[in-house]
This record gives sequence, structure tokens and C-alpha cells, in this order.
Amino acid sequence: MSDTDLAGAEEVEIETVLNGKPLRRRVKARQHLADFLRQELELTGTHLGCEHGICGACTVLLDGRSVRGCLTLAAQVSGKTVDTIEGLTESGKLAVLQNEFIARNAAQCAFCSSGMLLTSYELVSSGERPTRAEIREFLSGNMCRCTGYHAIIDAVEAVIAKSADKQAKGRP
Amino acid sequence: MASPASSTTGIGARIPRRELKRLLSGQGRYVDDIKLPRMLHACFVRSPHPHARILSIDTEAAKQAPGVAAVFTASDINPKCEPFVGIALHRPGHRSAPQSLLAADRAVWQGQPVAIVVADTRAEAEDAAELVSIDWEPLPAVADQIQALAPGAPVIHPELGDNVAYDFSLEKGEPAKAFAEADLVIDEELRFERQMAMTLEARGLVADYNPGDGSLTVIHSHQSPFQMQEVFSHQLHIPEHKVRVMSPDIGGGFGMKLNIYVDEIATVVASLLLGRPVKFCVDRLESFVSDAQARDHHIRCRIAVKDGQVTAMELDDIGAVGAYGMPMRFNVAEGMMAITIAGAPYAFENYKARTRSIYVNKNLIGMYRGVGMPFACITAELLTDWAASKLGIDTIEFKRRNYRPKASLPCVTPGGQRLETVSFHECLDKLAHVIGYDRLRKEQQELRGRGIYRGLGIATFCEQTAYGPPYYGPSGASISTQDGCNVRLEPSGSVRCITSLTDQGQGTLTSIAQIIADSVGVAIDQVTVAGGDSAISPYGGGAWASRGTAIGGEAALRAGTMLKKNILSLAGAITQTPADALNIVDGHVVNRKTGQTVISLADVGRIGYFRQDTLPRDVDVQLSVSASFVANDKMYYMANGVQASYVEVDCDTGFIKVIGQWAVDDCGRVINPLLVNEQVRGGIVQGIGAVLYEECVFSDDGNLLNGTMADYLVPMADAMPDIVVEHVETPERSTQLGAKGIGEAGLIGAMGSVWVAVNDALKPLGAKILHQPFTPERVLDALARARQGQSS
Amino acid sequence: MKARNFRYVRPTSLQDAFRILETSGGEAVPVAGGQSLLAGLNLRLSSPKVLVDIGNLAELTGQSQADGIVRLGALTRHRELLSSELVRKHLPLLARAATHIGHVAIRNRGTLGGSLAYADPAAELPACSVALGAVLVLGSLAGEREVKAEDFFKGLFETDLRPGELIVAVKFPVVQPDVSVGFAELSRRHGDFALVGLAGTATLRDDRIETARLVYFGCVDRPKVAHAVSAAVAGLATPLPDTSAFEQAIHEDLTPDDTPGLRADTKLHMATMLTRRVLNSLSGKAAA
Repeated sequence: MSDTDLAGAEEVEIETVLNGKPLRRRVKARQHLADFLRQELELTGTHLGCEHGICGACTVLLDGRSVRGCLTLAAQVSGKTVDTIEGLTESGKLAVLQNEFIARNAAQCAFCSSGMLLTSYELVSSGERPTRAEIREFLSGNMCRCTGYHAIIDAVEAVIAKSADKQAKGRP
Repeated sequence: MASPASSTTGIGARIPRRELKRLLSGQGRYVDDIKLPRMLHACFVRSPHPHARILSIDTEAAKQAPGVAAVFTASDINPKCEPFVGIALHRPGHRSAPQSLLAADRAVWQGQPVAIVVADTRAEAEDAAELVSIDWEPLPAVADQIQALAPGAPVIHPELGDNVAYDFSLEKGEPAKAFAEADLVIDEELRFERQMAMTLEARGLVADYNPGDGSLTVIHSHQSPFQMQEVFSHQLHIPEHKVRVMSPDIGGGFGMKLNIYVDEIATVVASLLLGRPVKFCVDRLESFVSDAQARDHHIRCRIAVKDGQVTAMELDDIGAVGAYGMPMRFNVAEGMMAITIAGAPYAFENYKARTRSIYVNKNLIGMYRGVGMPFACITAELLTDWAASKLGIDTIEFKRRNYRPKASLPCVTPGGQRLETVSFHECLDKLAHVIGYDRLRKEQQELRGRGIYRGLGIATFCEQTAYGPPYYGPSGASISTQDGCNVRLEPSGSVRCITSLTDQGQGTLTSIAQIIADSVGVAIDQVTVAGGDSAISPYGGGAWASRGTAIGGEAALRAGTMLKKNILSLAGAITQTPADALNIVDGHVVNRKTGQTVISLADVGRIGYFRQDTLPRDVDVQLSVSASFVANDKMYYMANGVQASYVEVDCDTGFIKVIGQWAVDDCGRVINPLLVNEQVRGGIVQGIGAVLYEECVFSDDGNLLNGTMADYLVPMADAMPDIVVEHVETPERSTQLGAKGIGEAGLIGAMGSVWVAVNDALKPLGAKILHQPFTPERVLDALARARQGQSS
Repeated sequence: MKARNFRYVRPTSLQDAFRILETSGGEAVPVAGGQSLLAGLNLRLSSPKVLVDIGNLAELTGQSQADGIVRLGALTRHRELLSSELVRKHLPLLARAATHIGHVAIRNRGTLGGSLAYADPAAELPACSVALGAVLVLGSLAGEREVKAEDFFKGLFETDLRPGELIVAVKFPVVQPDVSVGFAELSRRHGDFALVGLAGTATLRDDRIETARLVYFGCVDRPKVAHAVSAAVAGLATPLPDTSAFEQAIHEDLTPDDTPGLRADTKLHMATMLTRRVLNSLSGKAAA
């Protein structure tokens, strides 16, 4: 079968909402979302640690949920929303988490931090009240080689406690 | 001693790494984030065989592939670079074959680079690499050190005659006599599999050779830009003052990014040949076959005890160092440090040890956190713990009785270690208290009665940090152990500092800022610190062997003190006050006695830079100073610590859980307790990973079987314990700062304490586990052997 | 590691997807969650010419219950197995197993259909579908057919899927209130593929096992219904004090291979230990 008879195309047009803003682009079919963000859009805050879905450094939000940027094609995000570390920082949505991380030095080389923050954001936004062990389990798909995790867990625990506190006191 | 710390921002303050706000916003600039105009991307064709002859290479199809700028092989690349010979000159008998950048007629390790493809994108380079056609003739591979030493084994480098890189023995006192006269001798063989640093950011660089002026700039994810400046200059024959190496944000180093890599240098040569920037970022798959690896030792160890005292130890170490000696960062170091440091905390004077470094058809061993010191800790702590157990003495009591007493310091151990300001007893006492030792032992006993097997392991270590010139100088390696600091008062009164140190996450630049803030007299938010640029920073070393704060900090202290003196001298001239009546507090020049502000730093800066016309002719304005520090005769600063692990072994499945981990560390003066404690925690988890999870699994003929992140097991958050870190501070006496190194302590102590704890758990079952990592199968096998009546 | 080149197409309907797959001469593969496929492409383990993105097809979504059968669309994400009331109530084994699948980010994308089609021997859902007696609904241009889960998995990464066919949905008999479910796996790290795993159902009377349906995974090339072990434990009182009742049967049912770092005898030992733990968990009593 000649290639011209094959379905699809090597480049496709996507329409997405990236960090809250509409984006329309031609993307290479073969390019994963993390590379699209980093190379085409120069949003380099999303990092590549393994490119086979294990380390979590490339974690972004797709339709509000954490996904591996390396296991998502750029083409697949058409019709969906994508949020990255840059957008979530700019909007202030990550501020509480970021401040708690910084205060505890819950990052050293910070190469894992984008992914770690986005995964943590999914947890703290869920409204759940996880135990410390459950926080550890939720974050166990994000590899950190520097911190030993303890300070990260402390930070996430603190954010959850603060927001639970707010809820209990009836504040938004 | 420096002036008392400013309470919230100076020395002693808990300040997070100051780059975190930027980095946690996604604004880091790691090497793969960097784009230069006309930049190309490289990838390598690597040997799939551990040992094979290259019969032919055909690059024609690859050269025609879309986006390809060039495909280079050994004949293009190698002539541009002096071959490396990774031998230490002060180790007579240390041998290595010369290593060229690309394999020419033979590959000697699986992963050795054979060709470099340079293209517009990494994807296109990888596509083209698949089109490079190589005719291989596989040769018999030497896969491990025992096989390499066996008579009739293939000799990897025929010119060496055999596979022995180095064979070193030492003997002190009368060990044979001590063993013969001992009440108790314990003798075991330990095995350590190959492991990897596994930095989350893999290696990488952007090499930018400018043919216009023959200058080379390299943006390099490397711990020592100065080392690489020297290497690029010397090996590639580029005048040194035309070589600039800059380290960007770096995603972890752990020693791995200190080594010399032929693929990185080949990338630089590609840039030379093409006259364009070339980026090479190692991808994860290739990191497994190209990053310098670590450990891979067999160690036979023995201890002699008489009347409850350790009288002798013996080590026989065999390490497989890969196919070549590592240039400059000699890979005989793991064995050498293991045998010279083992047992150092204990007061015995009879010692015998041998280390052999052996060539095998594997990737090179290089520097990785701890470098042999984990072996030193594990052997001594295991043997003393078993000895105590056999003699019915509590392990902590046994240590108390056998540690070198403070009164005996300074001393030199039979392995040659200089101990001066160590604190074995204090750390142990503090640890026992912090963990609630008696309560834990009670709990352990109780649970044993119910068939639950928990173990408690205590491990003491001492650790060479911050090596000095006597360590590297005689070796012939052009490695500077001096570090420097430029400090400048800005016209508006803030302070700008450039250090020779680099930071891969440990927060070194923050510590420097604290030291500068304190020594000059400003708040830390008035200080910026940049690091790691071989052209702009004062010449220095960089980051390795837990040296940054200890040495670079001392340089910063000197520089800050000098700047303050110069500021006060100028302020005195401006205000017509004697300089010694003035001080700088919180960014203001004040009257030392009354505390009253005399002039702001901003005014000093403004006048010093723009209004020299208002100054007397003989006033010399020097508001930019530079200072360096090295201790010419200091081999290292010896630090120490002790750790405890509390583990549970599931004897049905062989799975191990670390329930608790505690560390008491003495790294001298603690400049930043937050950064120090987090370093220890991170090192501990790497140590736990090393003992329980991590190994490079090879087939019998040297093929790596688990080269993905799914199969090389780095510990994740859910399985790791909470970690308590405490300190004892015995300042280093030879420097003003008094700091020693901390970067490796967490890993060294944890490896010891987990080894001891797991074996402690198995004691009631008569089992010993001696093969790291302690996979479930190895645990089950140890238990099975015990049931069959074999003790090991 | 960058994937080799390929074409991408997003069919507008299930029929469109079938048509593309049927007419591609074997060069097109479907991608749903992509958590296995895209990793493989990044590692250059395969080179399909066309990726057919079925991940947005409404026909493949949905959960419903009727006549004692819960029907889950092939695009049911692993995450949904944890959050769905329907699943938690009627298919508790799936909810239990899903916590072991990868990590949050993987579960947000990975699908039931994808997991069954990929048929990794160390995966959880194939074994659970066999344990629950599920039936797979397979669709193609030719129409739909149904295959029992225990007939679907034919060998190592090998299923009964024919060229041009997709898993459309999976039909699970509702787990009856008097049936207990058990699940356990041993993996080096949480979320890793299982070294040894066991998914099962059983009926108990007064803590005595009446019938059991035990399915092993991880140490086998595809989900293995352990008939001998299931027979050996019928009639036994839980908690079992040791493994003697079924050790022999395990050796009959399981014939694992040696793999690097994990020998066959170790796998058998682990399977034996795991079996006792799962059986002892069925009655709700803590495993001894």
C-alpha cells in the first residue's frame, strides 16, 4: 500500500486552549506534547526526564487532570485544554503550593518540580483529605532524586491542612 | 570566627535555596532549554555489543537523510583530540589503555559511541542514526571482575597484558597475629552490584565553536566548568583563554556530572568541524549505557575481636571499573577509599587491605556520591554489629567501647586517615536518645515474638570532604581545589558576587550569599550570587566531594571581609572618620560604638563610582575585590556522623520496608540548617535506593538487561520513610568558617544503617544477606540458606 | 528518544475508525490512552505508519447497568474505575485492582480497552476481567462479536483481536452480594507491573470457602485461571494457617520461567504466599 493511500497526515492542525488562551497550530504527528511545548512554544518549564512515562518530570494538566506530556501527542490535545507550570504560575493558582515548597526547601535541583507541583495541584484541588501515607502514594509517580521526598510531603500536607482549615471556617 | 550571624539571613539562618522561586515557576534554564542561532542537534550511534570489532561503517545513507548536516566517525573526530589515559601518576602501577573519542576498530563496552550524527532536530538525527550501517564482529566479552581475573580470560587491552588496572595493598601493625589471637573472627564476602546516579536531568551540553575568532563556548551541565575548560583546551589544542565553559541550571549531579565523557567532547569536536553550535542532550535510554556508573565490587572483609575490643580488620576488595580508567576522576578511587577508610572510627591498629581495580567490557565507573566510603561504612558496621551480637554485647555499647576516644585525637588510623575534629561518641549518644533506642529494641523483641521481623541498624561513618591540593596535585590531574569569590559593591549599595562554585540543587550559592551578607554587613536580599562560569568567575574547582561551602565559603568570607574593609576605608575618607570607628550593619555604615548611621552604602557607592572628584587624591577606591582560598597542605576535612534505620522484613515475600530513618551529623559549622538537612535527607533516600532497589542487571556476556526507568528502580515517595536529622557541630579548626562538607553524608550513613538493619532483622532466623541490592529473591534465598543450615 | 515518523488521523465516528483500520493494510494502529503505545513509540520499539486516535469516540465511552450486567465502554479510564459508584458497588474487584495501575497521571489517560488489548501479562485488568467472567464486545466493519475474557488472552501480548477489530465495550456480570473478591500483587514499587498477582472471587459460608475462582498474573504469559488451586481450596476454613493445602496445586497451575533477577521457583514461592494472603482476606479477617 503506498503511503499516499494511508489515512491521516504527518502534520495536523490543532485547536486547543493553552494556559487559558486559545491556540491554533500545525503540529507534527510524531511530536509529543512535552516536546511541542518546549520546542515549538518555547515553554521550557515542562521537563523531559525519561520519555517513557515513568519519572513524571513532564507532567502537565490535560482537561484539568495530570498527564504525562511525553505520553501524549500534541495532536491529541486538539479540542482540549492544556495547563503548564508557566500558566498555572501566571494565574496564581500554584502560588500557595509554590510558597510552601519554597519555605521548606522542598526542591533542590528543581528539575522534578514542575511535574511535582502539577501532580500536587491535582491532589490539593480535589477536595480530598488524604493521610500523609496517601499523599506519599499520590506523589509516587513523580521521581525526585534530590530531596528524599520528606519536605515535599510536608509542603503538600500543609497546603491541604490550610485549605481544609479554610473550608471548616467557611471561607472560600 | 566571623562576626555573629545576622539572625534571619546570615550564617546559621534557615534560608531556602534562593533560586527556587524562579525554578518553581518553570523559569529554569537547563541546558536543553537553551537555543542558540543555527544550533544543530547531535545523537550517537553506539555499540550494541559489549566487545566487538568494527569491520566497516557505512554512513552514506545517514548523510543523505532529511535535516542532516554531518555524520562523523572516528577518522573525522579522533584526530582532533588527544587520547585520554585515565591514570593517576602518584599511583605507581596504575594502568589504562588510551581512550579516543569514538571507537575506531573495536568497541569495548556496550554503549561506546561509534558515530555522531548532527542534524536540525534530535528526531531527525535519531532517524539518520538508524541508517548508519555497521558490520560488527562480536568478540568474547569479559563481563565481571572475577571472570576478568580468571586464568585464560580474554584480555581487553592486549598491551596491558592482563585486565588489572591497579593492585594496591597496605598493612599496618600485626594483623596476622591479631587474627590468630582473637576470641572472635567474623569473615564475610559482600557483593555490590553496579549502580547509577540517575540524575533526573540527564547529561548535556551546547558546544559553540566560533570560527570567526577561534573561541569555544560550552554551556555544560557539569559540576566543574574549570576542569572542562582545561580539558577542552588541552585535548583539543585551543588556547585556554579562548575557552569558556558555563554551567546553567543543572538538574542534579551527585558526582556523575563530574566525569569526562567522550560523547560530550566529540560533540565539541563536531562544533569545531561545523563552525556552528551543536547541542547534545543524553536521552534516558542512552544514559544507561553512557553515564559513568558506580559501585560493582566484591569485598571480602574480616574483623578480629579480643576481650570485647576490635583488634584488627582486613579487606580484600575487587572492583570492576569498566573498559578504561576515567580520566582525571580516577576510578580506582572507590576501591582506594573503601580500604583506607574502613574501620576508621574504631580504635584498632592492626590492619591489612588490598584493592584491585579490574577492567571489564562495561561502561566506565566514575565519580558518584560517596565514592567508596559507603563500602568502608558498610563493612565495618556490619562486622562490628555481628561481633557485638555474637558476644552478647549491645551494639551501641560495643561501639562506645571501641570508638577512638576524643583524648586520642588527632590521630592517624592504620588506613591512613587523619582524624582531628571528629565526634563519634557525641553523635552516637545523641542518636540513641533521638531514636528512643531502648524503646525500639523492646518493640523489636516483642514483635519477633509474634513472627514479625524488624531490624535496627546503627551505622557510624567518617567522611573525607573538601579535598585539597595534596589529594589531586601528585596525581597529575589538573583539578583545582581552590575556589574564589569576586565581590563588588554596586553603585546603589547592593552587593554582587561571582563565585567559582557551581550549584546542582544543593543551594551552594545561597550559602555564599549568607556568608557575603554577614561578612559585608548587608541583608541577604541585597546580595546576588552567580556561579560557575570559567571565564568570569575567579578560577576554582566547582562542586564535588562535599566541598562547596567549606572551601568556596571560606573564599567568600575572605572576599566579603576585604570588601567591608575597603568600604569602611572609603566611608571613613568620605565622612572624615577613622575607619576602625565604623561598622556596616544592615546596609548602612554606622558608628561602631553608638550604632548611629554615618552614611548609607548607596552613598558610598555613588561617591565611590561617580564622585571621585570629591575625594582626596590619595584615596584609593577599591569597591570590587577578589579572594581565593585553598589549604595548601590539607588533604581533606574529616567529617563524621551516625545513622539509624528501623526496617521490617516480610519473610514470606522478601520485601523490605524502611519504617524510620534518623541521622546525627557533624559537618562542622552549619551555615544553613535547612539546606544541610535537606541534603542529608536526599542522600539518605539515594542510600536506601542503593541498598534495596538499584542495580544494573547484566547478562553473563555483558549485555545490560534493564536499561529503562521501568526496570532500574529509583525509590519513589510512597516507600520512603520520614527522616529525622540532627546535628553535632565540631567546627573545622583550620578555617575561619569552620564548615566541613555534607553532600555525601546522607548516602554513606544510610547505606551502612540499612545494611545493618536488614541483617539485624534476620538474626533470629540465622540468616545473613550480603548481596546488594537486597532484592526480594536475595532475601528469600538468604532465608532459605539459613533454614538449610548454611549461615551465608 | 524521539518516535519515528508516522501519520495521525482522528476518525469522526466508530465506523470511520473501523474503515480506516480495515483499509490500512495492517499499517494503522489505534491509540486510546496511549500510555503503553506512546512509550513504545518513544523507545522505537515499533513503527506503525498511522495512528488512529479513537480516544474521543463517544461510542466507546459510557457505563451502564442492566439485567445483572455492567457494561463499561472501552474508553473507560482507569481513574474512572476508582471514582465510579457503579464500579465500586457492583465490580469491587476492579476498583481494588485499579489502585495498583501505574500512577495518577497514567490512570487519567489509560483505558480499560487499551489495557485488555495490549494484554501485558503483568497488568491487572486482564486478570480481573477473567476472574469476573467478563465478556468483551469486539467491533469491526463486519459488525460485533463477543468473546469471553478467558478465551480472549491467547499468549504473551497476544489476544483474539482480529485485524481491523477494536474492543468496543466490556460486559461484567455484577458481583453478587454474597461473593467476596480478593486482589493482591507483589511489585517492587507501587504502580510497577506485578511480579506476581492474584485476582479472584469466592463464595464463603461461615468463613469456609465454598467455591473460588482464582486468576494469576505477572508470573505467567497471560491471565491464568488456576483450576487446581481453586479446587484445592474449596471447602477450606479461613483463615488458612499455612499453604500446605494448595502448594501442590500451585505447581500444577503455574509454570513460570526464570527471568533475570527472579527465578521460577521464587515466583512460585511468592504466588504461594500471595494466595494464602488473598484467601485470608476474603472473609474480611486480617491476614495472619
